[in-house]
Amino acid sequence: MSKLNLFFCLFLVLLMFGNPRASVAQVDTFEFQTTEQQQRFRKLSDELRCPMCQNTNLSGSTGGVAQDLRREIHRMIVEGLTDVDIEEFMFDRYGDFIFYKPRFRAETAVLWFAPILFLLLGFAGGYIVWLKSKKSVDESESLDASQLNRLNDLLDSKQ
Amino acid sequence: MTRFVFFLPVIVFFALAVLLWQGLFLDTKALPSMLIDKPMPEFALTTVDGEEVTNVDLPDQIFLLNIWGSYCLPCLIEHPTFMRLAEEGEIPVVGVNYRDRQGLAVNWLGENGNPFEFSILDESGRFGIDLGVYGAPETYLVDSDGVIRYRHVSVLDESVWREEFIPAIAELRGGVSL
Repeated sequence: MSKLNLFFCLFLVLLMFGNPRASVAQVDTFEFQTTEQQQRFRKLSDELRCPMCQNTNLSGSTGGVAQDLRREIHRMIVEGLTDVDIEEFMFDRYGDFIFYKPRFRAETAVLWFAPILFLLLGFAGGYIVWLKSKKSVDESESLDASQLNRLNDLLDSKQ
Repeated sequence: MTRFVFFLPVIVFFALAVLLWQGLFLDTKALPSMLIDKPMPEFALTTVDGEEVTNVDLPDQIFLLNIWGSYCLPCLIEHPTFMRLAEEGEIPVVGVNYRDRQGLAVNWLGENGNPFEFSILDESGRFGIDLGVYGAPETYLVDSDGVIRYRHVSVLDESVWREEFIPAIAELRGGVSL
């Protein structure tokens, strides 16, 4: 049983290193003037999210709107628009949802800062617990004068 | 004070539980539209019947813009509601035939009835992108100035009409004179 568990854990660890994008990319027949353009296309369609299928990026989605958006990305790259322009185009139509990595704005600040906040809270909590346990250990270990006398008496009487 | 600290984890747990419990019932499929309170995107296309249309041809009163396609089964479910609205003259409905073929669209309207003032032909889906459409059916509420005021994603049946559109239209009609 424990061996089985071990194999299962190893399997999960291996999954973590897998690249889910690599296996599911859709094949389009877009033509580019340079390989740099092609790489930009691949990067953008990997990083933008399909609004219809929701848990797939544009490059991995068979959805109609994803096809259309890939076509638009291709058009804009060939027309010489920058990545920032293309992201702006997508944001104006589909909002923050289209980005797997949301932009830093007032509305998304909570998303960005909450993990750090929770981490700090965790450290603070841990520190308080540690302080308290240290204090209680100190108190229980050190004896005051009368306790020491009593201890010595007891030890003496044993002898 | 120590008592409070003692109960703090329990309080935090219940607060989180309530928050996450509510999250279970959020409709994550319905995305907020970026076009609310923005004018209808510019377009110069043809209708399903082959006539040229631009923004000028849109109704100059409050109207619905319904994204539909002959392949779209939910569109058939909401179709009777649009037929009723058109017959009773409650509100004009403009169609956007989204990612479809003209012939199929004409057939579909012939078979099921045509509730639309006209249907904008968007075979490529390019106009849909400008609207932020991600799949038929979707329905936009546009005011008399051509500004998009509301979007409903998926089927618009009688209960959605009553609960979402009638109040939204009443607010528009109350706010601005037609």
